[in-house]
Amino acid sequence: MSVVANAHVDDHAHDDHGHHHKETFVTKYIFSQDHKMISKQYLITGLIMGFIGIAMSLLFRMQLAWPGESFPIFEALLGKWAPDGVMDADIYLALITIHGTIMVFFVLTAGLSGTFSNLLIPLQIGARDMASGFLNMLSYWMFFLSSVIMVISLFVEAGPAAAGWTIYPPLSALPMAQPGSGAGMTLWLVSMAIFIASSLLGSLNYIVTVINLRTKGMSMTRLPLTIWAFFVTAIIGVISFPVLLSAALLLIMDRSFGTSFFLSDIFIQGEVLHYQGGSPVLFEHLFWFLGHPEVYIVLLPALGITSEVMSTNARKPIFGYRAMVASILAIAFLSTIVWGHHMFISGMNPFLGSVFTFTTLLIAIPSAVKAFNYITTLWKGNLQLNPAMLFSIGLVSTFITGGLTGIILGDSTLDINVHDTYFVVAHFHLVMGISALYGLFAGVYHWFPKMFQGRMMNKNLGYVHFWITAICAYGVFFPMHFVGMAGVPRRYYENTAFPMFDELTNVQVLMTVFALIAGLAQLVFVYNFIVSIFYGKRGPQNPWSSNTLEWTAPQEHMHGNWPGEIPHVHRWAYDYSKTYENGEYIIPGQDFVPQDVPLQENEEELNH
Amino acid sequence: MTALLTLTVLVLVGIAIWQMTKIFELSQVKTAENTEIANDTDNKYNGYLLFAFLIFIYGITIFSFAKYSKVLLPEASSAHGGEYDQLMWVSFGIIFFVQTITQALLHYFGYKYRGEKGKKALFFADNDRLEFIWTIIPVIVLAGLILWGLYTWTNIMDINDEDDPLIVELYAQQFNWTARYGGQDNVLGEASVRLIDINRANVLGLDEADPNGEDDVIVKELHLPVGRKVNFMMRSQDVLHSAYMPHFRAQMNCVPGMITQFSFTPTVTTEEIRLNPDVVDKVKRTNALRAEWAAEGRPNSEPWEFDYVLLCNKICGKSHYNMQMKIIVESEEEFNKWLAEQKTFKETVMVDDQEQAFNTNDGVAVEPEAEATN
Repeated sequence: MSVVANAHVDDHAHDDHGHHHKETFVTKYIFSQDHKMISKQYLITGLIMGFIGIAMSLLFRMQLAWPGESFPIFEALLGKWAPDGVMDADIYLALITIHGTIMVFFVLTAGLSGTFSNLLIPLQIGARDMASGFLNMLSYWMFFLSSVIMVISLFVEAGPAAAGWTIYPPLSALPMAQPGSGAGMTLWLVSMAIFIASSLLGSLNYIVTVINLRTKGMSMTRLPLTIWAFFVTAIIGVISFPVLLSAALLLIMDRSFGTSFFLSDIFIQGEVLHYQGGSPVLFEHLFWFLGHPEVYIVLLPALGITSEVMSTNARKPIFGYRAMVASILAIAFLSTIVWGHHMFISGMNPFLGSVFTFTTLLIAIPSAVKAFNYITTLWKGNLQLNPAMLFSIGLVSTFITGGLTGIILGDSTLDINVHDTYFVVAHFHLVMGISALYGLFAGVYHWFPKMFQGRMMNKNLGYVHFWITAICAYGVFFPMHFVGMAGVPRRYYENTAFPMFDELTNVQVLMTVFALIAGLAQLVFVYNFIVSIFYGKRGPQNPWSSNTLEWTAPQEHMHGNWPGEIPHVHRWAYDYSKTYENGEYIIPGQDFVPQDVPLQENEEELNH
Repeated sequence: MTALLTLTVLVLVGIAIWQMTKIFELSQVKTAENTEIANDTDNKYNGYLLFAFLIFIYGITIFSFAKYSKVLLPEASSAHGGEYDQLMWVSFGIIFFVQTITQALLHYFGYKYRGEKGKKALFFADNDRLEFIWTIIPVIVLAGLILWGLYTWTNIMDINDEDDPLIVELYAQQFNWTARYGGQDNVLGEASVRLIDINRANVLGLDEADPNGEDDVIVKELHLPVGRKVNFMMRSQDVLHSAYMPHFRAQMNCVPGMITQFSFTPTVTTEEIRLNPDVVDKVKRTNALRAEWAAEGRPNSEPWEFDYVLLCNKICGKSHYNMQMKIIVESEEEFNKWLAEQKTFKETVMVDDQEQAFNTNDGVAVEPEAEATN
């Protein structure tokens, strides 16, 4: 509230805002209500969680390539879970579970959307801060708390949650079904409940801010596509996250208070349990009602970032702005009615399967439009191949490769034989995992100067990072499709129990080697990131010659973003290389026209 | 040894990264401009790399197909599997067509339009016609795929009692499978987890009062007659499992508290599939590999003979990775002979127990209903 009030005051009072508040270390760096600081907090927490999540994936990839082999690193990191350096089957399942949870929620939801929604929404719409700085702070600290609880759960005696990131009951509900379903699962559920609350606080704040705090002239159709993506992502989050909360709460009830929402007719370890009348399929419905929109919560911000980065670096307007907005809206709407494609063979009525096949394949249409529009944006551009641009192009590439196999998985018939195999793993890692990570990297490289007072990341390390990652990502996940088509189920600790999978061992080794190299390449990024924060070269205020408002704000961070009046907006964000009819740039010698530049004489505002 | 190897790899990768950074650095002309923003040289090299990357994508596609096509599942061994495979290959055809073209455009544009100082980009913000074209084409293609897919799906999922199907129960528990046949009457007796009696070996919880269950046959190896439709009724006693029979393009989850169903007609016997050239090659390759492993003294490396298999494909706990059952498809006569040799539920569980005997010592059967009241 106070921030809103400040915003009004500032519109009139043109004095330097920074002198008003005495900031202590605690209010500036820890319990900060400034969206720029909160965005950095999100990013760094997300990156730390990402480090844990990716390290876990390397461990289980080693187990898959060299099953039963002894590695000193297993013993060092897993302790009693790797006697003599051989990974235990229970901890294998725990690793894949926590890897999935961390990457999907903590890195790609909070780390990606949390970071860039916070950084860019106020700066790009021309607002002093979020609608509620306090809620924003609360949102971050709840995220932090949930991260801490998730990490603590790794050290529980019986091991962390190990029922897969989808935590289907009864496996996740019964401690006697697997050790990870004891205290580990309790902590998982508590952590996720707090995470959901954090996400909701954040999302509501983003929605309100975008609707209410746009600067003068910033109509919805002049919003940069990043903001459209964050805005719609927040709406999907508000619609679907509460359903996951209900699923988690009911599961907590089943686990701790003896209810039977998801459990029925269970005989385990020599005794019949009292549960009667519940259904695990109900849990699957509730879980995927969030779970599928979640994919788009992860992906849409990455696509939004790509739109912005690609247009800026191509020195061309994004092709088909209105179609892009329409696609985002269509994807958002459809994403809430396709969850059943995760459940074709769950025992749900096959007719429902038909309906979900129909809606699922529909979602391919707006996705295809987006892909084609990106490609056309590159056509006849003057591409500035900065690291962020390369990651954006990489995103479109993996988005297409991964998205296309969705045609197979979304088809109930074809899903029968590839469901829960490595084919699925390959598909979603390319289309949402790698793509969203590329979006995250593109965002970090592009807006690093905005986050860290004009300092820039080293571009050469950025190129090395991109090219190694790009090659290794395909190296891991392209052959993986074949492993899935050969019928290898996912979440198998080892494949040695089936001689029919023997000849796939060398494919597993190949994928693991690529994964290890890719993992090492991320260290280049970590090094670049940390060193650049302190020693990065300072660039110009608008290093990428971009049109959006955030580059009109001074490099030095200040509370309220702009000294003096907030800039007004006179045009959309994509007037790159716009010319008069005689071929002259609108602003002589400059191939871009920032949003706060008024329409020039004789200039036509094109109807986008 | 492994540690040394890892260390070497680490060092080499480190050197490679250092060298690559150097190359990038040396390739840049020193100017006064900010060096962290891409200049013409960066654009040039990365443009070339984008083109090279396109070749890499094509390369890994061709490599994977050449090298890994042979590891894919053999031709479907079920009646609906043929149509499944056909739909799969058509979908793949479309996917590869689109993939080849879009990746080419994306990376070629990245290479062709790499930035140069002073070059003017084309202000091209909209074109309704183009956008209409690439909206309508996916609509048409997807409509076709949806219709075909739904037609096939409806056929596969239409589980009915026409053509006298064999009724088989698949029973899942951590971490093994059990199959139950309806016996002579081809009708399964009622069962519930609440009737499981481990002491009396009634592990599937059959209702001893249900006469339909008396001739049920409970086995640990799934035998199926070729050419006859099989209706599977699936149960689980503890957590979710999934009955995955990849060679038959069949899969269905087993859910505690409900009975799920799947149906297919096996068309190729185990004997026949072992003679399939693809399978013969696969067995040869696998056994060559296993011979190597045996020479190294690794366990679990004896020669392998191909068999159909039922796998668990829904995470179910520690030994999920080894929850399997052998499937044997044989001729109708062989199947009937095999079934007749098996002991029925009545002959096993109901006989063994002397105290709560269903069968009195003199061999006269007591009415199950009467027993139930005891």
